[in-house]
Amino acid sequence: MGQHLPLFYQFHFYLFGVLAIVSALTFITRKSPVASALWLVVTLFAIAAEYVLLNAQFIGALQIIVYAGAIMVVFLFVIMLLNLGDPKEFVEIRGTGAKLLAGLTGLAVIAEVGFLSIVGLPSTEHVVEFGYMDNLVVQYGAVGALAKPLFRDYVLAFELTAILLLIAMIGAVVIGRKRSPDAS
Amino acid sequence: MLAEAMALSAVLFGIGIVGVLTRRNAIIIFMCVELMLNAVNLSFIAFAQYYGMGGQVLVLLVMTVAAAEAAVGLAIIISLFRHQKTVDLQNINLLKG
Repeated sequence: MGQHLPLFYQFHFYLFGVLAIVSALTFITRKSPVASALWLVVTLFAIAAEYVLLNAQFIGALQIIVYAGAIMVVFLFVIMLLNLGDPKEFVEIRGTGAKLLAGLTGLAVIAEVGFLSIVGLPSTEHVVEFGYMDNLVVQYGAVGALAKPLFRDYVLAFELTAILLLIAMIGAVVIGRKRSPDAS
Repeated sequence: MLAEAMALSAVLFGIGIVGVLTRRNAIIIFMCVELMLNAVNLSFIAFAQYYGMGGQVLVLLVMTVAAAEAAVGLAIIISLFRHQKTVDLQNINLLKG
């Protein structure tokens, strides 16, 4: 894409990108589950900032509320309930062979996307003109721009997620329930 | 910005994969899966700049699925812990041949 974005924008894009990568690396190397969870929250915040920079302001807010707020709190609750805060409870990280294999797999995935970007990302020339999303947000607001396609073109998928959430709720209650010993 | 966002997304996804393969704590592996979902969401958002709002709607749906997955997955982990008294995947080998 030929357009030059303001330096302010680019600087923050790279700043939060580096923050996301560093905190993600810290996240997978911490021994204590609680420290891991808190570093993941930092990663999710950095990704939320990237969303805002990429013209998805409402999704960025949702990311902070739903992911960094709700889902991570549930994770911390489970860590607390199962009393897993002590990192010495078991030898955590696998041996050198597994580490090497994991590193190679990770590099392979990254290389794959790198190769794809050399071969050519899908054409961005004639899809929507540059600034289309900015105009949309200015015209309808950050929520309205997202709500229109959600409740018009994707309304079936939206309704299905409601059913999915209901099923997940019932499933979580049934699976997590403590069975009484006399019940067969 | 598309190439940069895709690169960031790929790196985060790769870090998530490394986490899944190196850790043994079931909860941390689960969090790594969440990180991978977020990496994919990031590329959706980046593509949405060029292909219209569809990408952002898809991210909304992925978030819903992730929330449902977290609820059920954590219930499974609690149930597993109740039976095995551990979340170390090394000690959970019921399906090992």
